[in-house]
Amino acid sequence: MKRNTMSYKVRQFLMFAGIPTVLFIGVIIIPFIYGLYLTFTSWDGVSKAKPFVGLSNYAAAFSDTAFWTAMGKTVLYSAISVVLVNVLAFLLAYLVTSGIKGQNFFRAGFFIPNLIGGIVLGYVWKFVFNRAFVTIGKSLHIGFMETSWLATPAGAIACLIIVSVWQYAGYMMLIYVAGFMSVPKSLIEASQIDGCTKSQATWKVIVPLMRASFVECLFLTITRCFMVYDVNLSLTKGEPFNSSVLAAMHVYNQAFTYKNYGVGQAEALILFIVCAVVGVLQVQIGRKGEVGA
Amino acid sequence: MSENERAARNRKITKIIMWIVLLILFIMIVFPFIMVVINVFKTKADINSHPLALIGKHGFTTKNFPKAMKKMHFWRVFGNSLIITLSSTVLTLLLSAMCAFVLVRNKWKACTLLFTMMIASMVIPFQVLMVPLVSFYGGLLNVLNHRLTLILMHTGFSLSMATFLYHGAIHTNIPLELEEAALIDGCTRWQTFWKVVYPLLTPTTATVAIIDAMAFWNDYLLPSLVLTDKSLYTIPIATQVFYGTFSTDIGLILAALLMAMLPILILYVFLQKYIVAGVTSGAVKG
Repeated sequence: MKRNTMSYKVRQFLMFAGIPTVLFIGVIIIPFIYGLYLTFTSWDGVSKAKPFVGLSNYAAAFSDTAFWTAMGKTVLYSAISVVLVNVLAFLLAYLVTSGIKGQNFFRAGFFIPNLIGGIVLGYVWKFVFNRAFVTIGKSLHIGFMETSWLATPAGAIACLIIVSVWQYAGYMMLIYVAGFMSVPKSLIEASQIDGCTKSQATWKVIVPLMRASFVECLFLTITRCFMVYDVNLSLTKGEPFNSSVLAAMHVYNQAFTYKNYGVGQAEALILFIVCAVVGVLQVQIGRKGEVGA
Repeated sequence: MSENERAARNRKITKIIMWIVLLILFIMIVFPFIMVVINVFKTKADINSHPLALIGKHGFTTKNFPKAMKKMHFWRVFGNSLIITLSSTVLTLLLSAMCAFVLVRNKWKACTLLFTMMIASMVIPFQVLMVPLVSFYGGLLNVLNHRLTLILMHTGFSLSMATFLYHGAIHTNIPLELEEAALIDGCTRWQTFWKVVYPLLTPTTATVAIIDAMAFWNDYLLPSLVLTDKSLYTIPIATQVFYGTFSTDIGLILAALLMAMLPILILYVFLQKYIVAGVTSGAVKG
Protein backbone atom coordinates (compact mmCIF):
# COMPACT_ATOMS: atom_id res chain seq x y z
CA MET A 1 0.00 0.00 0.00
CA LYS A 2 1.27 3.45 -0.79
CA ARG A 3 1.01 5.37 2.47
CA ASN A 4 2.86 8.46 1.41
CA THR A 5 1.04 9.51 -1.71
CA MET A 6 -1.04 12.64 -1.57
CA SER A 7 -4.18 10.87 -2.69
CA TYR A 8 -3.88 8.32 0.14
CA LYS A 9 -3.56 11.11 2.68
CA VAL A 10 -6.50 13.04 1.27
CA ARG A 11 -8.67 9.92 1.18
CA GLN A 12 -7.77 8.99 4.75
CA PHE A 13 -8.40 12.50 6.01
CA LEU A 14 -11.74 12.81 4.25
CA MET A 15 -12.87 9.36 5.31
CA PHE A 16 -12.34 10.07 9.01
CA ALA A 17 -12.49 13.82 9.35
CA GLY A 18 -14.41 14.91 6.27
CA ILE A 19 -17.89 15.32 7.75
CA PRO A 20 -16.60 16.69 11.08
CA THR A 21 -14.55 19.29 9.23
CA VAL A 22 -17.52 20.38 7.13
CA LEU A 23 -19.76 20.69 10.21
CA PHE A 24 -17.10 22.46 12.24
CA ILE A 25 -16.38 24.98 9.50
CA GLY A 26 -20.06 25.40 8.70
CA VAL A 27 -21.22 26.01 12.24
CA ILE A 28 -18.28 27.84 13.79
CA ILE A 29 -15.77 29.19 11.28
CA ILE A 30 -18.21 30.54 8.67
CA PRO A 31 -20.47 32.25 11.23
CA PHE A 32 -17.43 33.70 12.98
CA ILE A 33 -16.09 35.25 9.79
CA TYR A 34 -19.53 36.19 8.53
CA GLY A 35 -20.11 37.81 11.92
CA LEU A 36 -17.01 39.95 11.51
CA TYR A 37 -18.31 40.98 8.11
CA LEU A 38 -21.74 41.82 9.56
CA THR A 39 -20.18 44.29 11.99
CA PHE A 40 -19.15 46.43 9.02
CA THR A 41 -22.62 46.55 7.49
CA SER A 42 -25.92 48.03 8.57
CA TRP A 43 -28.21 45.12 7.92
CA ASP A 44 -31.80 45.14 9.19
CA GLY A 45 -32.28 41.39 8.95
CA VAL A 46 -34.86 41.56 6.19
CA SER A 47 -33.67 43.36 3.08
CA LYS A 48 -31.20 41.87 0.62
CA ALA A 49 -28.99 44.92 0.77
CA LYS A 50 -26.23 45.01 3.35
CA PRO A 51 -24.79 48.52 3.00
CA PHE A 52 -21.14 48.82 4.02
CA VAL A 53 -20.79 51.29 6.88
CA GLY A 54 -17.18 50.94 7.98
CA LEU A 55 -16.58 51.23 11.71
CA SER A 56 -19.78 53.04 12.55
CA ASN A 57 -21.28 49.96 14.23
CA TYR A 58 -18.37 49.87 16.65
CA ALA A 59 -18.78 53.59 17.24
CA ALA A 60 -22.47 52.97 17.91
CA ALA A 61 -21.62 50.11 20.26
CA PHE A 62 -19.15 52.22 22.21
CA SER A 63 -21.67 55.05 22.58
CA ASP A 64 -24.60 52.72 23.36
CA THR A 65 -25.21 53.62 27.01
CA ALA A 66 -27.73 50.78 27.46
CA PHE A 67 -25.03 48.30 26.40
CA TRP A 68 -22.47 49.67 28.84
CA THR A 69 -25.04 49.76 31.63
CA ALA A 70 -25.75 46.10 30.89
CA MET A 71 -22.00 45.40 30.83
CA GLY A 72 -21.55 47.13 34.18
CA LYS A 73 -24.34 45.07 35.70
CA THR A 74 -22.89 41.91 34.17
CA VAL A 75 -19.50 42.65 35.71
CA LEU A 76 -21.10 43.33 39.10
CA TYR A 77 -23.29 40.25 38.89
CA SER A 78 -20.38 38.08 37.74
CA ALA A 79 -17.97 39.34 40.39
CA ILE A 80 -20.37 38.63 43.25
CA SER A 81 -21.56 35.31 41.80
CA VAL A 82 -18.05 34.04 41.08
CA VAL A 83 -16.88 34.73 44.63
CA LEU A 84 -19.97 33.26 46.27
CA VAL A 85 -20.09 30.19 43.98
CA ASN A 86 -16.49 29.33 44.70
CA VAL A 87 -16.65 29.94 48.44
CA LEU A 88 -19.76 27.81 48.74
CA ALA A 89 -18.43 25.14 46.37
CA PHE A 90 -15.18 24.88 48.30
CA LEU A 91 -17.05 24.63 51.60
CA LEU A 92 -19.28 21.91 50.16
CA ALA A 93 -16.31 20.01 48.77
CA TYR A 94 -14.55 20.23 52.12
CA LEU A 95 -17.60 18.91 53.94
CA VAL A 96 -18.32 16.04 51.55
CA THR A 97 -14.72 14.80 51.55
CA SER A 98 -14.34 14.84 55.33
CA GLY A 99 -15.59 11.29 55.69
CA ILE A 100 -19.02 12.30 56.96
CA LYS A 101 -21.87 9.82 56.92
CA GLY A 102 -23.88 10.03 53.71
CA GLN A 103 -21.33 12.15 51.85
CA ASN A 104 -22.03 10.46 48.53
CA PHE A 105 -25.72 11.18 48.94
CA PHE A 106 -24.97 14.84 49.60
CA ARG A 107 -22.59 15.03 46.64
CA ALA A 108 -25.26 13.66 44.33
CA GLY A 109 -27.88 15.99 45.82
CA PHE A 110 -25.86 19.17 45.45
CA PHE A 111 -25.30 18.40 41.80
CA ILE A 112 -29.02 18.22 40.94
CA PRO A 113 -29.40 21.88 39.82
CA ASN A 114 -26.86 21.25 37.05
CA LEU A 115 -29.02 18.58 35.49
CA ILE A 116 -31.71 21.03 34.53
CA GLY A 117 -31.59 23.76 31.94
CA GLY A 118 -31.39 27.42 32.83
CA ILE A 119 -34.81 28.20 31.35
CA VAL A 120 -36.64 25.73 33.57
CA LEU A 121 -34.58 26.65 36.65
CA GLY A 122 -35.36 30.31 36.11
CA TYR A 123 -39.09 29.62 35.99
CA VAL A 124 -38.93 27.42 39.08
CA TRP A 125 -37.15 30.16 41.03
CA LYS A 126 -39.51 32.79 39.71
CA PHE A 127 -42.29 30.88 41.42
CA VAL A 128 -40.25 30.54 44.60
CA PHE A 129 -39.35 34.25 44.74
CA ASN A 130 -42.82 35.48 43.81
CA ARG A 131 -44.96 33.13 45.90
CA ALA A 132 -43.06 31.07 48.47
CA PHE A 133 -40.75 33.78 49.81
CA VAL A 134 -43.53 36.35 49.86
CA THR A 135 -45.77 33.98 51.82
CA ILE A 136 -42.99 33.27 54.31
CA GLY A 137 -42.34 36.99 54.65
CA LYS A 138 -45.99 37.84 55.21
CA SER A 139 -46.71 35.09 57.70
CA LEU A 140 -43.58 35.81 59.75
CA HIS A 141 -43.80 39.62 59.18
CA ILE A 142 -40.28 39.86 57.81
CA GLY A 143 -40.37 43.30 56.19
CA PHE A 144 -38.00 42.82 53.27
CA MET A 145 -39.60 39.52 52.29
CA GLU A 146 -43.20 40.74 52.14
CA THR A 147 -42.89 41.88 48.56
CA SER A 148 -41.26 39.95 45.75
CA TRP A 149 -37.55 40.69 45.35
CA LEU A 150 -38.04 40.40 41.62
CA ALA A 151 -40.08 43.62 41.68
CA THR A 152 -37.17 45.95 42.42
CA PRO A 153 -34.11 46.57 40.20
CA ALA A 154 -31.54 45.74 42.90
CA GLY A 155 -33.63 42.79 44.05
CA ALA A 156 -33.82 41.34 40.55
CA ILE A 157 -30.03 41.34 40.21
CA ALA A 158 -29.76 39.81 43.68
CA CYS A 159 -32.18 37.08 42.60
CA LEU A 160 -30.04 36.36 39.53
CA ILE A 161 -27.00 36.03 41.78
CA ILE A 162 -28.84 33.73 44.19
CA VAL A 163 -29.96 31.43 41.39
CA SER A 164 -26.50 31.35 39.79
CA VAL A 165 -24.82 30.52 43.08
CA TRP A 166 -27.39 27.84 43.74
CA GLN A 167 -26.98 26.47 40.22
CA TYR A 168 -23.19 26.35 39.90
CA ALA A 169 -22.07 25.58 43.46
CA GLY A 170 -22.72 21.85 43.06
CA TYR A 171 -20.85 21.65 39.78
CA MET A 172 -17.80 23.50 41.06
CA MET A 173 -18.00 21.37 44.21
CA LEU A 174 -17.29 18.30 42.06
CA ILE A 175 -14.14 19.91 40.66
CA TYR A 176 -12.96 20.88 44.14
CA VAL A 177 -13.72 17.35 45.33
CA ALA A 178 -11.49 16.03 42.55
CA GLY A 179 -8.86 18.50 43.74
CA PHE A 180 -9.12 17.30 47.35
CA MET A 181 -8.82 13.70 46.18
CA SER A 182 -5.72 14.46 44.10
CA VAL A 183 -3.71 15.58 47.13
CA PRO A 184 -1.67 12.54 48.20
CA LYS A 185 -2.64 11.16 51.61
CA SER A 186 1.05 10.73 52.48
CA LEU A 187 1.64 14.49 52.34
CA ILE A 188 -1.19 15.17 54.76
CA GLU A 189 0.07 12.50 57.11
CA ALA A 190 3.59 13.86 56.86
CA SER A 191 2.37 17.34 57.75
CA GLN A 192 0.49 15.97 60.75
CA ILE A 193 3.55 14.11 61.96
CA ASP A 194 5.40 17.41 61.69
CA GLY A 195 2.82 18.86 64.06
CA CYS A 196 0.21 20.49 61.81
CA THR A 197 -3.31 20.76 63.19
CA LYS A 198 -6.15 19.75 60.91
CA SER A 199 -6.92 23.30 59.81
CA GLN A 200 -3.23 24.04 59.26
CA ALA A 201 -2.98 20.95 57.08
CA THR A 202 -5.98 22.17 55.09
CA TRP A 203 -4.79 25.73 54.52
CA LYS A 204 -1.04 25.22 54.30
CA VAL A 205 -0.83 21.89 52.48
CA ILE A 206 -4.06 20.95 50.71
CA VAL A 207 -5.22 24.35 49.42
CA PRO A 208 -1.89 25.35 47.81
CA LEU A 209 -1.79 21.97 46.08
CA MET A 210 -5.33 22.52 44.78
CA ARG A 211 -4.44 25.71 42.96
CA ALA A 212 -5.22 24.15 39.58
CA SER A 213 -8.78 23.42 40.75
CA PHE A 214 -9.24 27.03 41.83
CA VAL A 215 -7.96 28.35 38.52
CA GLU A 216 -10.29 26.05 36.62
CA CYS A 217 -13.37 26.76 38.70
CA LEU A 218 -12.80 30.49 38.51
CA PHE A 219 -12.38 30.29 34.74
CA LEU A 220 -15.56 28.24 34.32
CA THR A 221 -17.64 30.47 36.59
CA ILE A 222 -16.34 33.71 35.07
CA THR A 223 -17.06 32.64 31.49
CA ARG A 224 -20.47 31.23 32.39
CA CYS A 225 -21.55 34.28 34.36
CA PHE A 226 -20.43 36.73 31.68
CA MET A 227 -22.43 34.90 29.03
CA VAL A 228 -25.54 34.14 31.10
CA TYR A 229 -28.75 34.31 29.10
CA ASP A 230 -31.23 31.50 29.88
CA VAL A 231 -31.75 32.26 33.56
CA ASN A 232 -31.81 35.97 32.83
CA LEU A 233 -34.60 35.42 30.31
CA SER A 234 -36.80 33.13 32.35
CA LEU A 235 -36.23 34.60 35.81
CA THR A 236 -36.43 38.35 35.18
CA LYS A 237 -36.84 38.85 31.42
CA GLY A 238 -34.91 42.06 32.02
CA GLU A 239 -37.66 43.45 34.21
CA PRO A 240 -38.44 45.61 36.12
CA PHE A 241 -38.05 48.43 33.57
CA ASN A 242 -35.17 46.77 31.71
CA SER A 243 -33.06 47.08 34.86
CA SER A 244 -31.90 43.48 34.93
CA VAL A 245 -30.89 43.17 31.27
CA LEU A 246 -27.43 41.61 31.32
CA ALA A 247 -24.97 41.88 28.44
CA ALA A 248 -25.92 38.73 26.54
CA MET A 249 -29.59 39.63 26.68
CA HIS A 250 -28.83 43.14 25.47
CA VAL A 251 -26.96 41.67 22.50
CA TYR A 252 -29.90 39.39 21.74
CA ASN A 253 -32.39 42.24 21.92
CA GLN A 254 -30.20 44.59 19.91
CA ALA A 255 -29.94 42.07 17.08
CA PHE A 256 -33.20 40.14 17.08
CA THR A 257 -35.69 42.53 18.68
CA TYR A 258 -34.49 45.89 17.34
CA LYS A 259 -33.02 44.35 14.17
CA ASN A 260 -29.69 46.14 14.51
CA TYR A 261 -27.70 43.11 13.44
CA GLY A 262 -24.45 44.98 12.83
CA VAL A 263 -24.44 46.81 16.16
CA GLY A 264 -25.59 43.68 17.99
CA GLN A 265 -22.79 41.61 16.53
CA ALA A 266 -20.22 44.31 17.30
CA GLU A 267 -21.42 44.32 20.91
CA ALA A 268 -21.27 40.53 21.04
CA LEU A 269 -17.63 40.68 19.97
CA ILE A 270 -16.84 43.32 22.58
CA LEU A 271 -18.51 41.18 25.26
CA PHE A 272 -16.52 38.16 24.11
CA ILE A 273 -13.23 40.06 24.17
CA VAL A 274 -13.88 41.47 27.65
CA CYS A 275 -14.80 38.00 28.92
CA ALA A 276 -11.80 36.34 27.26
CA VAL A 277 -9.37 38.95 28.62
CA VAL A 278 -10.69 38.55 32.16
CA GLY A 279 -10.65 34.75 31.88
CA VAL A 280 -7.14 34.52 30.42
CA LEU A 281 -5.70 37.06 32.88
CA GLN A 282 -7.16 35.06 35.73
CA VAL A 283 -5.59 31.86 34.42
CA GLN A 284 -2.21 33.58 33.92
CA ILE A 285 -2.18 35.04 37.42
CA GLY A 286 -3.48 31.81 38.93
CA ARG A 287 -0.89 29.61 37.26
CA LYS A 288 2.05 31.79 38.30
CA GLY A 289 2.32 30.47 41.82
CA GLU A 290 1.29 26.92 41.09
CA VAL A 291 3.11 24.34 43.16
CA GLY A 292 3.53 20.66 42.49
CA ALA A 293 3.24 17.87 44.99
CA MET B 1 -11.82 12.83 81.63
CA SER B 2 -8.58 11.95 79.91
CA GLU B 3 -7.05 13.97 77.10
CA ASN B 4 -7.94 11.28 74.57
CA GLU B 5 -11.57 11.09 75.53
CA ARG B 6 -11.94 14.85 75.29
CA ALA B 7 -10.35 14.89 71.84
CA ALA B 8 -12.63 12.10 70.70
CA ARG B 9 -15.67 13.96 72.00
CA ASN B 10 -14.59 17.17 70.28
CA ARG B 11 -14.17 15.31 67.03
CA LYS B 12 -17.64 13.88 67.39
CA ILE B 13 -19.14 17.32 68.04
CA THR B 14 -17.36 18.76 64.99
CA LYS B 15 -18.72 15.92 62.90
CA ILE B 16 -22.26 16.60 64.08
CA ILE B 17 -21.96 20.33 63.40
CA MET B 18 -20.60 19.63 59.92
CA TRP B 19 -23.42 17.23 59.28
CA ILE B 20 -26.03 19.80 60.33
CA VAL B 21 -24.45 22.45 58.07
CA LEU B 22 -24.54 20.00 55.18
CA LEU B 23 -28.16 19.15 55.87
CA ILE B 24 -29.17 22.83 55.94
CA LEU B 25 -27.33 23.47 52.67
CA PHE B 26 -28.95 20.40 51.18
CA ILE B 27 -32.42 21.62 52.12
CA MET B 28 -31.60 24.98 50.54
CA ILE B 29 -30.56 23.24 47.34
CA VAL B 30 -33.67 21.08 47.05
CA PHE B 31 -36.10 23.72 48.39
CA PRO B 32 -37.20 24.99 44.95
CA PHE B 33 -37.88 21.45 43.78
CA ILE B 34 -39.88 20.70 46.92
CA MET B 35 -41.93 23.84 46.30
CA VAL B 36 -42.76 22.65 42.81
CA VAL B 37 -43.67 19.14 43.95
CA ILE B 38 -45.98 20.18 46.81
CA ASN B 39 -47.75 22.83 44.76
CA VAL B 40 -48.23 20.92 41.57
CA PHE B 41 -50.97 18.83 43.18
CA LYS B 42 -53.00 21.83 44.34
CA THR B 43 -55.68 23.92 42.71
CA LYS B 44 -54.83 27.38 41.43
CA ALA B 45 -56.60 29.03 44.36
CA ASP B 46 -54.72 26.96 46.92
CA ILE B 47 -51.36 27.71 45.33
CA ASN B 48 -52.12 31.41 45.47
CA SER B 49 -53.33 31.41 49.07
CA HIS B 50 -51.09 28.78 50.69
CA PRO B 51 -48.00 27.95 48.60
CA LEU B 52 -46.22 26.49 51.62
CA ALA B 53 -48.96 24.12 52.77
CA LEU B 54 -48.35 20.46 52.04
CA ILE B 55 -51.94 19.86 50.88
CA GLY B 56 -54.29 22.59 49.75
CA LYS B 57 -57.73 23.32 51.26
CA HIS B 58 -59.42 22.00 48.17
CA GLY B 59 -57.51 18.78 48.47
CA PHE B 60 -55.22 16.77 46.29
CA THR B 61 -55.60 17.13 42.54
CA THR B 62 -53.78 15.80 39.50
CA LYS B 63 -55.80 17.92 37.09
CA ASN B 64 -52.86 20.23 36.37
CA PHE B 65 -51.01 17.52 34.49
CA PRO B 66 -53.41 16.66 31.65
CA LYS B 67 -54.18 20.35 31.15
CA ALA B 68 -50.52 21.30 31.01
CA MET B 69 -49.73 18.38 28.71
CA LYS B 70 -52.43 19.52 26.35
CA LYS B 71 -51.34 23.13 26.39
CA MET B 72 -47.64 22.48 25.78
CA HIS B 73 -48.34 19.48 23.46
CA PHE B 74 -46.19 17.44 25.80
CA TRP B 75 -45.78 14.25 23.78
CA ARG B 76 -44.96 16.17 20.64
CA VAL B 77 -42.32 18.39 22.25
CA PHE B 78 -40.99 15.44 24.25
CA GLY B 79 -40.63 13.48 21.01
CA ASN B 80 -38.88 16.40 19.34
CA SER B 81 -36.47 16.77 22.24
CA LEU B 82 -35.80 13.05 22.23
CA ILE B 83 -35.14 12.81 18.48
CA ILE B 84 -32.91 15.86 18.48
CA THR B 85 -30.96 14.86 21.59
CA LEU B 86 -30.43 11.27 20.53
CA SER B 87 -29.46 12.01 16.93
CA SER B 88 -27.12 14.85 17.86
CA THR B 89 -25.45 12.79 20.58
CA VAL B 90 -24.92 9.73 18.38
CA LEU B 91 -23.60 11.88 15.53
CA THR B 92 -21.23 13.70 17.87
CA LEU B 93 -19.93 10.45 19.35
CA LEU B 94 -19.20 8.82 16.01
CA LEU B 95 -17.88 11.84 14.16
CA SER B 96 -15.65 13.21 16.91
CA ALA B 97 -14.05 9.82 17.60
CA MET B 98 -13.29 9.33 13.90
CA CYS B 99 -11.94 12.84 13.64
CA ALA B 100 -9.78 12.46 16.75
CA PHE B 101 -8.36 9.18 15.44
CA VAL B 102 -7.04 10.68 12.23
CA LEU B 103 -5.78 13.75 14.10
CA VAL B 104 -3.80 11.75 16.68
CA ARG B 105 -2.22 9.27 14.30
CA ASN B 106 -1.05 11.57 11.54
CA LYS B 107 1.24 14.58 11.48
CA TRP B 108 -0.20 16.04 8.28
CA LYS B 109 -0.60 19.80 8.01
CA ALA B 110 -4.38 19.51 7.63
CA CYS B 111 -4.57 17.61 10.90
CA THR B 112 -2.54 20.11 12.88
CA LEU B 113 -4.50 22.99 11.40
CA LEU B 114 -7.89 21.44 12.13
CA PHE B 115 -6.96 20.47 15.67
CA THR B 116 -5.54 23.92 16.44
CA MET B 117 -8.65 25.60 15.08
CA MET B 118 -10.87 23.30 17.12
CA ILE B 119 -9.01 24.03 20.35
CA ALA B 120 -9.04 27.76 19.65
CA SER B 121 -12.75 27.72 18.81
CA MET B 122 -13.62 26.28 22.20
CA VAL B 123 -13.32 29.73 23.77
CA ILE B 124 -15.85 31.30 21.39
CA PRO B 125 -19.18 31.58 23.19
CA PHE B 126 -22.39 30.87 21.33
CA GLN B 127 -23.54 34.45 21.82
CA VAL B 128 -20.85 35.61 19.38
CA LEU B 129 -22.04 33.20 16.70
CA MET B 130 -25.80 33.39 17.06
CA VAL B 131 -26.44 36.52 14.98
CA PRO B 132 -24.36 35.44 11.96
CA LEU B 133 -25.64 31.88 12.32
CA VAL B 134 -29.24 33.01 12.03
CA SER B 135 -28.58 35.49 9.26
CA PHE B 136 -26.44 33.07 7.26
CA TYR B 137 -28.57 29.94 7.53
CA GLY B 138 -31.88 31.77 7.83
CA GLY B 139 -31.40 34.82 5.62
CA LEU B 140 -29.07 33.47 2.94
CA LEU B 141 -29.72 29.72 2.77
CA ASN B 142 -33.18 29.53 4.34
CA VAL B 143 -32.64 26.15 5.97
CA LEU B 144 -33.86 27.00 9.47
CA ASN B 145 -36.97 25.36 10.90
CA HIS B 146 -35.84 21.79 10.25
CA ARG B 147 -34.95 19.31 12.95
CA LEU B 148 -32.03 18.16 10.82
CA THR B 149 -30.55 21.67 10.74
CA LEU B 150 -30.63 21.82 14.53
CA ILE B 151 -29.15 18.33 14.84
CA LEU B 152 -26.25 19.20 12.55
CA MET B 153 -25.68 22.52 14.35
CA HIS B 154 -25.71 20.86 17.77
CA THR B 155 -23.19 18.34 16.45
CA GLY B 156 -21.02 21.04 14.92
CA PHE B 157 -20.91 23.03 18.15
CA SER B 158 -20.02 20.04 20.32
CA LEU B 159 -17.45 18.48 17.96
CA SER B 160 -14.46 20.48 19.18
CA MET B 161 -14.83 19.54 22.82
CA ALA B 162 -15.66 15.89 22.04
CA THR B 163 -12.75 15.57 19.59
CA PHE B 164 -10.47 17.06 22.22
CA LEU B 165 -11.58 14.47 24.80
CA TYR B 166 -11.22 11.56 22.35
CA HIS B 167 -7.87 12.94 21.20
CA GLY B 168 -6.54 12.75 24.75
CA ALA B 169 -7.95 9.26 25.27
CA ILE B 170 -6.50 7.84 22.06
CA HIS B 171 -3.17 9.54 22.68
CA THR B 172 -2.72 8.14 26.18
CA ASN B 173 -4.71 4.91 26.25
CA ILE B 174 -4.45 3.22 22.86
CA PRO B 175 -1.06 1.64 22.16
CA LEU B 176 0.15 2.10 18.62
CA GLU B 177 1.33 -1.53 18.56
CA LEU B 178 -2.26 -2.67 18.83
CA GLU B 179 -3.21 -0.86 15.64
CA GLU B 180 -0.08 -2.07 13.87
CA ALA B 181 -0.96 -5.63 14.81
CA ALA B 182 -4.44 -5.17 13.38
CA LEU B 183 -3.00 -3.71 10.18
CA ILE B 184 -0.59 -6.63 9.82
CA ASP B 185 -3.50 -9.01 10.32
CA GLY B 186 -5.12 -7.42 7.30
CA CYS B 187 -7.44 -4.78 8.74
CA THR B 188 -7.81 -1.53 6.85
CA ARG B 189 -7.50 1.72 8.83
CA TRP B 190 -11.28 1.97 8.79
CA GLN B 191 -11.73 -1.56 10.20
CA THR B 192 -8.92 -1.04 12.73
CA PHE B 193 -10.67 2.03 14.04
CA TRP B 194 -14.13 0.50 14.41
CA LYS B 195 -13.12 -2.99 15.52
CA VAL B 196 -10.07 -2.30 17.66
CA VAL B 197 -9.84 1.34 18.71
CA TYR B 198 -13.44 2.45 19.17
CA PRO B 199 -14.43 -0.33 21.59
CA LEU B 200 -11.48 0.65 23.80
CA LEU B 201 -12.72 4.23 24.00
CA THR B 202 -15.93 3.34 25.84
CA PRO B 203 -15.14 5.38 29.01
CA THR B 204 -14.64 8.52 26.92
CA THR B 205 -17.74 7.70 24.88
CA ALA B 206 -19.73 7.57 28.13
CA THR B 207 -18.33 10.91 29.29
CA VAL B 208 -19.04 12.64 25.97
CA ALA B 209 -22.49 11.08 25.71
CA ILE B 210 -23.49 12.30 29.17
CA ILE B 211 -22.12 15.83 28.80
CA ASP B 212 -23.56 16.37 25.34
CA ALA B 213 -26.91 14.66 25.81
CA MET B 214 -27.57 16.84 28.87
CA ALA B 215 -26.44 19.96 27.03
CA PHE B 216 -28.64 19.19 24.00
CA TRP B 217 -31.66 18.26 26.07
CA ASN B 218 -31.47 21.46 28.12
CA ASP B 219 -30.35 23.88 25.42
CA TYR B 220 -32.67 26.77 24.85
CA LEU B 221 -30.97 29.55 22.89
CA LEU B 222 -29.92 27.65 19.76
CA PRO B 223 -33.18 25.67 19.38
CA SER B 224 -35.24 28.81 19.96
CA LEU B 225 -33.39 30.54 17.13
CA VAL B 226 -33.50 27.61 14.73
CA LEU B 227 -36.99 26.24 15.40
CA THR B 228 -39.63 28.93 15.15
CA ASP B 229 -42.34 26.58 13.90
CA LYS B 230 -44.51 25.51 16.86
CA SER B 231 -44.70 21.88 15.76
CA LEU B 232 -40.92 21.57 16.10
CA TYR B 233 -40.58 23.03 19.61
CA THR B 234 -38.42 21.23 22.16
CA ILE B 235 -39.27 21.03 25.88
CA PRO B 236 -37.33 24.12 27.03
CA ILE B 237 -39.00 26.25 24.35
CA ALA B 238 -42.43 24.80 25.06
CA THR B 239 -42.32 25.82 28.74
CA GLN B 240 -42.57 29.39 27.50
CA VAL B 241 -46.08 29.04 26.13
CA PHE B 242 -47.41 29.38 29.68
CA TYR B 243 -46.02 32.87 30.04
CA GLY B 244 -48.17 34.34 27.30
CA THR B 245 -50.29 37.44 27.30
CA PHE B 246 -53.19 35.72 29.04
CA SER B 247 -53.37 35.35 32.81
CA THR B 248 -50.92 32.69 33.86
CA ASP B 249 -52.28 29.57 35.52
CA ILE B 250 -49.52 28.77 37.99
CA GLY B 251 -50.69 25.18 38.51
CA LEU B 252 -50.23 24.41 34.85
CA ILE B 253 -46.82 26.07 34.80
CA LEU B 254 -45.62 23.98 37.73
CA ALA B 255 -46.91 20.79 36.12
CA ALA B 256 -45.09 21.68 32.91
CA LEU B 257 -41.87 22.48 34.77
CA LEU B 258 -42.05 19.22 36.69
CA MET B 259 -42.60 17.25 33.50
CA ALA B 260 -39.68 19.07 31.90
CA MET B 261 -37.43 18.10 34.81
CA LEU B 262 -38.63 14.55 35.43
CA PRO B 263 -37.01 12.67 32.53
CA ILE B 264 -33.53 13.82 33.44
CA LEU B 265 -34.10 13.43 37.19
CA ILE B 266 -35.30 9.84 36.68
CA LEU B 267 -32.22 9.10 34.60
CA TYR B 268 -30.09 10.66 37.31
CA VAL B 269 -31.45 8.26 39.91
CA PHE B 270 -30.18 5.31 37.88
CA LEU B 271 -27.07 6.74 36.24
CA GLN B 272 -26.00 9.06 39.05
CA LYS B 273 -22.52 7.57 39.42
CA TYR B 274 -21.82 7.81 35.69
CA ILE B 275 -23.24 11.29 35.32
CA VAL B 276 -21.21 12.71 38.19
CA ALA B 277 -18.05 10.96 36.97
CA GLY B 278 -18.67 11.99 33.36
CA VAL B 279 -19.25 15.63 34.12
CA THR B 280 -16.23 15.81 36.41
CA SER B 281 -13.82 14.20 33.96
CA GLY B 282 -15.20 16.33 31.14
CA ALA B 283 -14.73 19.52 33.15
CA VAL B 284 -11.30 18.68 34.46
CA LYS B 285 -9.93 17.85 31.03
CA GLY B 286 -11.67 20.71 29.28
